Amino acid sequence: MGKCMQGYLDEQFMELEELQDDVNPNFVEEVATLYFKDSARLINSIDQALERGSFDFNRLDNYMHQFKGSSTSIGASKVKTECTMFREYCRMGNAEGCLRTFQQVKKEHATLRKKLEHYFQLARQAGPKETARRSK
Amino acid sequence: MLNPGQGRGPDSGVAGGSNSDPFPAGLRVLVVDDDPTCLMILERMLRTCLYRVTKCNRAEIALSLLRKNKNGFDIVISDVHMPDMDGFKLLEHVGLEMDLPVIMMSADDSKAVVLKGVTHGAVDYLIKPVRIEALKNIWQHVVRKKRNEWNVSEHSGSVEENTGGGERQQQQRDDADNNSSSANNEGSWRSSRKRKEGEVDEQGDDKEDTSSLKKPRVVWSVELHQQFVAAVNQLGVDKAVPKKILEMMNVPGLTRENVASHLQKYRIYLRRLGGVSQHQGNMNHSFMTGPDPSFGPLSSLNGFDLQALAAAGQLPAQSLAQLQAAGLGRPSSLNKPGMSVDQRSIFSFENPKLRNGQMMMNSSGGNKQVNLLHGVPMGMEPRQFAGGGHMRVQQQQICGGGRVTGQNVQSSGMMMPVGGGTSVLPSLGQQQQQMMLSSSVPRRSDLTDTSSNRVLPAATHSVVFNNFNSELPRNSFPLASAPGISVSYQEEVNSSDAKGGAVITTAGFDNPSYDIFNDYPQHNNNNDWDLQNIGMVFNSHQDTTTAASAAFSSSSSTQRKRQEVVAEQVQNHHQQLPSQSLNHMNGSGSVRVKSERVAETVTCPPATTLFQEQYNQEDLMSALLKQEGLPLVDNEFDFDGYSIDNIPV
Repeated sequence: MGKCMQGYLDEQFMELEELQDDVNPNFVEEVATLYFKDSARLINSIDQALERGSFDFNRLDNYMHQFKGSSTSIGASKVKTECTMFREYCRMGNAEGCLRTFQQVKKEHATLRKKLEHYFQLARQAGPKETARRSK
Repeated sequence: MLNPGQGRGPDSGVAGGSNSDPFPAGLRVLVVDDDPTCLMILERMLRTCLYRVTKCNRAEIALSLLRKNKNGFDIVISDVHMPDMDGFKLLEHVGLEMDLPVIMMSADDSKAVVLKGVTHGAVDYLIKPVRIEALKNIWQHVVRKKRNEWNVSEHSGSVEENTGGGERQQQQRDDADNNSSSANNEGSWRSSRKRKEGEVDEQGDDKEDTSSLKKPRVVWSVELHQQFVAAVNQLGVDKAVPKKILEMMNVPGLTRENVASHLQKYRIYLRRLGGVSQHQGNMNHSFMTGPDPSFGPLSSLNGFDLQALAAAGQLPAQSLAQLQAAGLGRPSSLNKPGMSVDQRSIFSFENPKLRNGQMMMNSSGGNKQVNLLHGVPMGMEPRQFAGGGHMRVQQQQICGGGRVTGQNVQSSGMMMPVGGGTSVLPSLGQQQQQMMLSSSVPRRSDLTDTSSNRVLPAATHSVVFNNFNSELPRNSFPLASAPGISVSYQEEVNSSDAKGGAVITTAGFDNPSYDIFNDYPQHNNNNDWDLQNIGMVFNSHQDTTTAASAAFSSSSSTQRKRQEVVAEQVQNHHQQLPSQSLNHMNGSGSVRVKSERVAETVTCPPATTLFQEQYNQEDLMSALLKQEGLPLVDNEFDFDGYSIDNIPV
């Protein structure tokens, strides 16, 4: 994990890297791809729920719970932090806080996506042998 | 940060170290999570641990997978929050239906949720993100669960089918003795065992031989049963299904199978109550209206069960009695030591003939059992009758196997009355029974004579028959019970005449009973039973019989049925040993089984359809039936657990 990722990813991401081997050389990237695909779906759902303006906090919290779950699973620490905030606002019934935090969630999510894409690109260029040597 | 070597490390490191024992490599894990990202990562991690992984993104699918292949997995890892089914629901189902260890996981680390997981029976709760370190050790839950089963089963000499390698089993076995944290019933089991061994040597041996397959069983304490009854009542008897009952009871460790089995018993029990009132209105009335209303037919029944079971060395009955008592709201009175003593003195075996003669008198004179009862010398009250049953039980328990012989002699003396008893039967007014009895009577009496002269087990049988015939009504067993059985009995008799073997007798049982229970295809192969065991059972029954006959001399067939039951169980037991079918018997299982057996038998004849209904309705029944055979030995143990100390007085 390169320096550029510092703060955005945590040790969970390194765990994923450890799971990558010759049999599964692109495991991390595959997981990340899956994550972004699925989280995009969740973001969409939350967006729609928020646009309704009815603020079903239970529902919002459920969505965000899933979002947080997968975010933590790939070690997306900054996203995770925002997710936690969002859920906190849900519990408080703070619609305004939810809206505001959700923007942060999306922002962090997008940032991470960019960074990871870049990161994987570099890794591919470095070649299979180098991928195992990634480090800060 | 990572060097290349480490990048590949987990593969070798996780499962490595144990070249001789591949375990936990190959552990079959079902992982359920609706989050595809998590699922993918978990799968990878688990594979890195060299487990065999099946992943599933829906709880419903997971459940169907598990149901399709109940032995296909060793452990389940499930997310808590899933859209189609709450993870806890899945946990419940898995725990109840498959009895597999389940690990819950969630990003939600709130204490409440974790606690919920624990109370629902999760063996572990992992907070997401799940680390591979946590997964490396999940095999311990598999071992632990197996070992707990071992602790129970090992004591009863059973063999647990283990998914793991032989080494694991060995290890578990080794550990079993040292483990003190296993199932609750273990303690009672142990203590009971000691007691038991002191009391009944023969039976103890029997246990050793025959008890080979058991799983931990639930002991249905009175409290537990009351919880159960409360749940059933709240749900409504008709609508109460095991799953819901279990949910309402919310007892950790209790499985759906436990509940289902118990429910089955309970239903039969209720039906029996209803059937009794229908069939035996007259006779029961005398009981019910007796001085001590608490001694309804049921209590007397209980007494009988106890007796028979005790005699057979399969004493689960006490707990049954407790259960029934609890259900009836008459917890007391079943076993009154004082009662028993008195009764004993009253019914002493000394002059069976006299009694028999009296009985005959009564039978000829009176048409109804009530008459019989009242006619019984000594002015016995219904209550006393009930007590008599208990008394016998105790006697038998006390005497153990030793007495058998002497009692046999007595019983042979008793045989005389048989004819009278039979004749009385028609007057009982229970048509089916009458049918059975009348038809069977002549043969029996013949047999009796012959057999009585012999000391053979067959002789005992015949004796038993006679005595038992008269007892039925009192016990409030639906007399209608076993047409098929009765047939079998006759067969038995005949065969015994020819060959004079107890074994033969059992064989006769098998066929008819099988006809009744189609679920027991295995029975036909029963040829390899232990003769000794069978003999044991019968002998013990004889004890019971003798006692009963001494006391009542006239009533029939209950014991007979019981014998049949026992015989069947024996058969089942033997048969099942090789086949090792599902043994999810828990705690009171044996007791239940026993009672069920009796009940079923009873219900069968008039209501063969009933029987079938039951089976059709619930697969459980079949499972139960299968299980029933096994518990024989266990019953004793369970029973012991409930030993006299615990009996409400």
